[in-house]
Amino acid sequence: MDIVVCMKQVPDTTEVKIDPVTGTLIREGIPSIINPDDKGGLEAALALKDELGAKVTVLSMGPPQADLALREALAMGADEAVLLSDRAFGGADTWATSTTIAAALRKLGFDLIICGRQAIDGDTAQVGPQIAEHLGLPHVSYVSELEATEGSVVVKRVFEDGYQRIKVKLPCLLTALKDMNRPRYMSVSGIFDAYRREVKVWGLADIEVDQDNIGLKGSPTRVKKSFTKGVKSAGKVYEVDAKEGARIIVEALKEKYVI
Amino acid sequence: MNISDYRGVMVFAEQRRGIVQKIAYELLGVGRRIADDLEEPLLALLVGHGLPDSAAAELIAQGADTVVVVDDPALDVYMTEPYAKAMTAAIERYKPGIVFTGATTIGRDLAPRVSARVRTGLTADCTGLEIEDGTRNLLMTRPAFGGNIMATIVCPEHRPQMSTVRPGVMRRLERDDSRKGSVEKLAVKIEAKDKNVEILEVVVEKAAKKSIEEANVLISGGRGLGNLDNFNKLQGIADELGGLVSASRAVVDAGWVGQDRQVGQTGKTVRPDVYFACGISGMIQHVAGMEDSDFIVAINKNSSAPIFEYADVGIVADINKVVPALVEELKAAKAAR
Repeated sequence: MDIVVCMKQVPDTTEVKIDPVTGTLIREGIPSIINPDDKGGLEAALALKDELGAKVTVLSMGPPQADLALREALAMGADEAVLLSDRAFGGADTWATSTTIAAALRKLGFDLIICGRQAIDGDTAQVGPQIAEHLGLPHVSYVSELEATEGSVVVKRVFEDGYQRIKVKLPCLLTALKDMNRPRYMSVSGIFDAYRREVKVWGLADIEVDQDNIGLKGSPTRVKKSFTKGVKSAGKVYEVDAKEGARIIVEALKEKYVI
Repeated sequence: MNISDYRGVMVFAEQRRGIVQKIAYELLGVGRRIADDLEEPLLALLVGHGLPDSAAAELIAQGADTVVVVDDPALDVYMTEPYAKAMTAAIERYKPGIVFTGATTIGRDLAPRVSARVRTGLTADCTGLEIEDGTRNLLMTRPAFGGNIMATIVCPEHRPQMSTVRPGVMRRLERDDSRKGSVEKLAVKIEAKDKNVEILEVVVEKAAKKSIEEANVLISGGRGLGNLDNFNKLQGIADELGGLVSASRAVVDAGWVGQDRQVGQTGKTVRPDVYFACGISGMIQHVAGMEDSDFIVAINKNSSAPIFEYADVGIVADINKVVPALVEELKAAKAAR
């Protein structure tokens, strides 16, 4: 079985701080990690490899630094790694990103594609299902358990109010939840090895994709503006009646975009 | 694509086991406001099998001008492809300029699939939606980067403009049985090959309780509330803000709420976007569990309570008078949007 795990290198957003003076995001010094849901997907793939002898390829789209995340995946036990990296891919929204990744997947070939449910920097949960649509594959999202049988997988698909157990024929795409397992650590020999192995880098010339459908130009959505919720100012204390107090609180929540 | 061909707002009226979900009415609430701004119609898309007529009537009473019903045995239980086919057919038939879907585990599965199919943009988990003056484009605002920044997204050249909308943020309309609307059936052929997965088992569980560490808004109560009845009234604020009620140790020790809700050194450490300290004095053991919250509101009648040193906004007043006033103000603020 050929499994491709799609991964994203993300800043560890739990470490992100807002500059108390300027109100802007402090990007320096934030560690980059493999997106947690993707790491869950990678572990699920590696478990299938242990069990059935699957071949696991990791695929990422991003800047050259994302090489590091792919090497971590190799050190954990992935067999091959491909980095999609080209200026032409930059500025892509989820539609253009999924189009680009789908093109790379066509070239790689696959029986099973596993993506993380969502990335912690964007939190959209859109790229996985959109890849499946571009490839004309069935998908199941929010997967918390995975078993493989002959030619198909059986998964537990989580909802707010319960779950379904779903059987899907291969080829298909799954989006994984990080709590589906506990990802293994890199082995010492794996780490040593990972730096000698090849991470293939594919650019625009390496995949078959319409240039009008990728990057900023191929993206239906645009970021019009982004802003932090503002500088944390020194607190104010008001001695007022209850009604006025309630009004002050509501005004403050509006300023914070809570309501 | 000729953008001017696309008119109206369509909301996906999510139902589970024949029951239209709360999120559907929230989408009608925001959809009504946007449709009125544009002076265009509001459609509700109801997909399922054998749904009672009362479901469509309720959608009209809560704001829809037209309810589009897609009924097929294959749509009884949510499955991605049959639902995607139904929604795509509705978009092609009605050409709405805007489509809202709830940011639920169903909406976030369905909407990306459909947006990819109709080649349009999709903005996830929106908390703010408005029409831009002049362009009449939809401005879709959402948190990103773990909630550290907000981004406003537009989809200027593709239609429909699609977004999933965070549950609990938008306010539903007052229901009005005199509101008039129409119900239209849309026939969509669901073929055997569209059922491309096999659902082996459907299990319904009581919704898992969200833990206080995951909440974006926490309303925390302390001994200053006086008694259990007053403590329970904090739920009113939590409902308005989509938050959870948490507590100081004193309240947990008094047995007003379980230990899973306790904030502080011997309880949980929390970091919500907004933390309300209601009748909590702010002893260091409590503060240790909540001081990293983004925005802290403290209400206490004792002006020398240490909690005010950590508060972004402090109100020196009787908490039991502030709670009902705050619920009223929050309702009014939502209604005004």
